[in-house]
Amino acid sequence: MRIMVGGTHVRVRPPPLLRLSSPRCAGGVPSGCTTMSGAPAGAPVNESTITLNFGPQHPAAHGVLRLVLELDGEVVTRVDPHIGLLHRGTEKLIEYKTYMQALPYFDRLDYVCPMNQEHGFSLAVEKLLGLEVPKRGQYIRVLFCEIGRILNHLLQVTTQALDVGALTPPLWGFEEREKLMIFYERASGARLHANYFRTGGVHQDCPPELLEDVYVWTDTFPKVLDDLETLLTENRIFKQRNVDIGKINRADAEAWGMSGPMLRSTGVAWDLRRAQPYECYNDLEFQIPIGKNGDNYDRYLIRMEEMRQATKIMRQCIERMPDGPVMTEDNKIAPPKRAEMKRSMEAMIHQFKLFTEGYRVPEGEVYAAVEAPKGEFGVYLVSEGANKPYRCKIRAPSFAHLQAMDYMCKGHMLADVSAILGALDIVFGEIDR
Amino acid sequence: MALDLTALGDHIARAVSGAVLEQKLEFGDLTLTVGGDVLPRVVEFLRDDPQCEFKLLLDICGVDWPKREKRFDVVYHFLSLSQNQRIRLKVQTDEQTPVPSLSHIHSGANWFERETYDMYGVVFSDHPDLRRILTDYGFEGYPLRKDFPLTGFVELRYDDELKRVVYQPVQLVQEFRDFEFSSPWEGLRGVFHGDEKATKPNGE
Repeated sequence: MRIMVGGTHVRVRPPPLLRLSSPRCAGGVPSGCTTMSGAPAGAPVNESTITLNFGPQHPAAHGVLRLVLELDGEVVTRVDPHIGLLHRGTEKLIEYKTYMQALPYFDRLDYVCPMNQEHGFSLAVEKLLGLEVPKRGQYIRVLFCEIGRILNHLLQVTTQALDVGALTPPLWGFEEREKLMIFYERASGARLHANYFRTGGVHQDCPPELLEDVYVWTDTFPKVLDDLETLLTENRIFKQRNVDIGKINRADAEAWGMSGPMLRSTGVAWDLRRAQPYECYNDLEFQIPIGKNGDNYDRYLIRMEEMRQATKIMRQCIERMPDGPVMTEDNKIAPPKRAEMKRSMEAMIHQFKLFTEGYRVPEGEVYAAVEAPKGEFGVYLVSEGANKPYRCKIRAPSFAHLQAMDYMCKGHMLADVSAILGALDIVFGEIDR
Repeated sequence: MALDLTALGDHIARAVSGAVLEQKLEFGDLTLTVGGDVLPRVVEFLRDDPQCEFKLLLDICGVDWPKREKRFDVVYHFLSLSQNQRIRLKVQTDEQTPVPSLSHIHSGANWFERETYDMYGVVFSDHPDLRRILTDYGFEGYPLRKDFPLTGFVELRYDDELKRVVYQPVQLVQEFRDFEFSSPWEGLRGVFHGDEKATKPNGE
């Protein structure tokens, strides 16, 4: 088994006199090699263990994560994740932005599958407004959410393979991600930070050529998945590194607030797309894969199957996509068409009002959740009836998952830390917000 | 058979008598306001009662209402997989009064409470490890409070002489501009700017 300590600093715990009284180093930067210990103040110092800083600049940390590991030999006894290195104050910023201006911040949360986040926010605002999205808008939303799911799972599966030593899968997976991002670009103009969804629908209709190309892609993609599976599913090393690693049972998964593939790997058939259907998921045929053992390998299998199911959903979306508007035609919410603006005074006023003041949202509070690829992504929105949200709390699935790190890694070997971290599927954009 | 939300609220209010201060069903969400002292009892009941089984604590967050005497709402979101229901609990508190921690009931409450403490300064009693979580080491203040400015108080830069990053008071090249585009035409509540000049000297 390969032990990955590249870029980390191994140091034996300093004698108590040298330690700072507070576990947080005042005014210092988390450079990863300070004298601070991750232990809560007053915790007994076990001289037989060593403290190891994993990150914040570690390739297997999936971003800027600093893990303070306490090791007894090579066995992990405690994990203390230090997060917040990517904290940008998204929630505070949203309180100062109109609803339309707040949307792009959601692309920057989980930047691996941006549109799924936008979806959560749009649903929350629509719930407050009591707005219905036209059928074509719903199908386009679902189509792009499923593209997001594949984008995410391709990244997760292949980089987790990289974490345990396989170099080829990311190369193959990223080729497909590139194609999907081009679809994103053709629909929204941006590969990554799409800003495509709007309250009441999506910004613009998809050209028919784009839908055709996506359809052709869904034909070829299962072959790529098959190829990926030949690399990983029965791979001896991959199995050694993942089977029975990071095991968790149903009760613990619930207690830690897990959702998505993490929860499903323990055998819970729970998916918001089926349990609390939103948009047009009720009209579509797809299945929810669940696991048996609750380990990393089950999560891998679930994600592979979810990609196949997502491909199926995409095909159905394109086949059944009705004609019609993609956005609500209420000009108090949705800006009028450009052409209309040239002739109609009323349209002009609507346009001006929407892009300065924005729209007002009735007073109240809602929680709207979507089944993002990583789990339940929720938005808790408090409105005071103004054109800006009073409070917007973002419930990110990775945040709940990462906090179980300590529980899941205890007793595992140091090398398993990166395998478990990879299988948790975390992205720091949404953890740190 | 799952109870509908109103019946569920009544069921909870009956079972833990006196705990539920207010029950509200808005936008299809059930919200119960409970007192801080009985919170763990209510949450335990929600988790264990066969008609509730709210085993997933999805989220804890704060909301700041500076004009209120108890200025903070601590908002809990629960999900029941078996009943397929959601519920929201609210506890009101102020800067000093601690709210009981739920981390011994739901392990996942730990970080969410740390985040609420970090962002609002709400204190949780019996929390195993109430440290800041998202802000920088040694950060001062509670950024999501409404009286905390968006631009913050300090900024970070690399000092070439000290060879490390240092904090310094925030310097804005341009004042922070908070555009208020709310239309004065709706409702005609206030007096328009410039109207005072229109008043004639003879009091017309």
